[in-house]
Amino acid sequence: MTGPALLQARRVARWYGRGSALVRAVDEIDLEVPAGQTLAIMGPSGCGKSTLLHLLGGLQRPTDGEIWLAEHRIDTMSERALARLRRRHIGFVFQSFHLMDELTAVENVELAALLAGQSPRRARQRALHLLDRVGLADRAKHLPSALSGGQRQRVAIARALSNEPLIVLADEPTGNLDSAATLEVLRLFEDLRTAGQTLVVVTHDARIAAIADRMISMRDGSFADDSRFTTSAATGAGTGTVYGGWR
Amino acid sequence: MQDVVLAMLAKEPAHGYELRSRMRGALGPLGDAMNAGQIYVTLARLAKAGLVTSQHAEGLPDRPDRRVYALTPAGQQRVAAWLADVSWPKPDLTEFHLKLVAAAAARLADPVTLIDAHRREVLRRLRDSQRAALERSVDPVVGLLVEGVVLRLRADLEWLEACERMWTERDRADNGSAPRTEDRGGLPGGAA
Repeated sequence: MTGPALLQARRVARWYGRGSALVRAVDEIDLEVPAGQTLAIMGPSGCGKSTLLHLLGGLQRPTDGEIWLAEHRIDTMSERALARLRRRHIGFVFQSFHLMDELTAVENVELAALLAGQSPRRARQRALHLLDRVGLADRAKHLPSALSGGQRQRVAIARALSNEPLIVLADEPTGNLDSAATLEVLRLFEDLRTAGQTLVVVTHDARIAAIADRMISMRDGSFADDSRFTTSAATGAGTGTVYGGWR
Repeated sequence: MQDVVLAMLAKEPAHGYELRSRMRGALGPLGDAMNAGQIYVTLARLAKAGLVTSQHAEGLPDRPDRRVYALTPAGQQRVAAWLADVSWPKPDLTEFHLKLVAAAAARLADPVTLIDAHRREVLRRLRDSQRAALERSVDPVVGLLVEGVVLRLRADLEWLEACERMWTERDRADNGSAPRTEDRGGLPGGAA
């Protein structure tokens, strides 16, 4: 799981307010995410993890520092270039799905590809393929209101993948889901991980650890801990130790 | 119990009754249920094992609560090993709580570092459990057990995070308030 850094943050900071009311939401963070890594950034609400994700995805600009995605320095890019880069190279997944209510599942998924300039026919083909990949081929014509929370999030993940992004950034993707739906989303992320998709998830849900190669704990705008896991290919490899602690 | 008693002695030698009051202080209302006799039985066993020594204080009756107990080098080693031990979880959280209190009181280890080590261990277990749950072929009844394990581990993690917040704040408060008093920090009534 190590390769050249796909995403890099160098002394990235984001401050709000000034003087005694100054809040260092992100406090001079250094981060390298190699291609193919699944990174989970965990921490309590207010620790700065969502702000960090927004900075990494070019949704917000840092107060200081540099952010690089592949060979592009994104923190100094023009708004227009940044919007284009986000559309083409970054897939976003949010806690509250952010689907268009009046569009069907397949229309939601193909929208990103259409905006990126793909032909309607190819965009539709790709969207149907992705819905199949997330196990929702038979829900393509459904409106979001006719889907469960877990299904909506899977549509949102399919949408995030529609432009074959370099990286997928997810903000509390299981935050609104019950445990069965969380399992569906984790399984999907696990499939992405084994397929080599680079993925950064910020969450306070420790279950995300199941699919992470690496976990960073964040406190008060800084990294408190950075652990890497050696993940065997087979899921459930740890079954033998699972029950040991509880008798 | 043996490890807890040893760790409570790590700060400085103590009379049996002092030790008892340190334990009660550290446990708060939960300490009310503690059996005083149990401490003296434990101390006797520890002395027999060569982990503590005891001295009769002059002018006082020779009773276990009046003897002064101190750690031997072997006792100190045992305390260090206990602090480093990350066996987790135990349904009873008292021991871990006392580990933090003893570590802070005797400045044996940074409680936040101990919490971090445990958090990593719990996270590792949670990861293993949740990965088992991802297995599509897992029997739903087994899945129920896995879900239970995951729920408990998540609760443990939440509690460890609360521990971390509290001990970090306490550390800041202790370092910020000069002059530092040795007897502060988690053992109310300990050195009365």
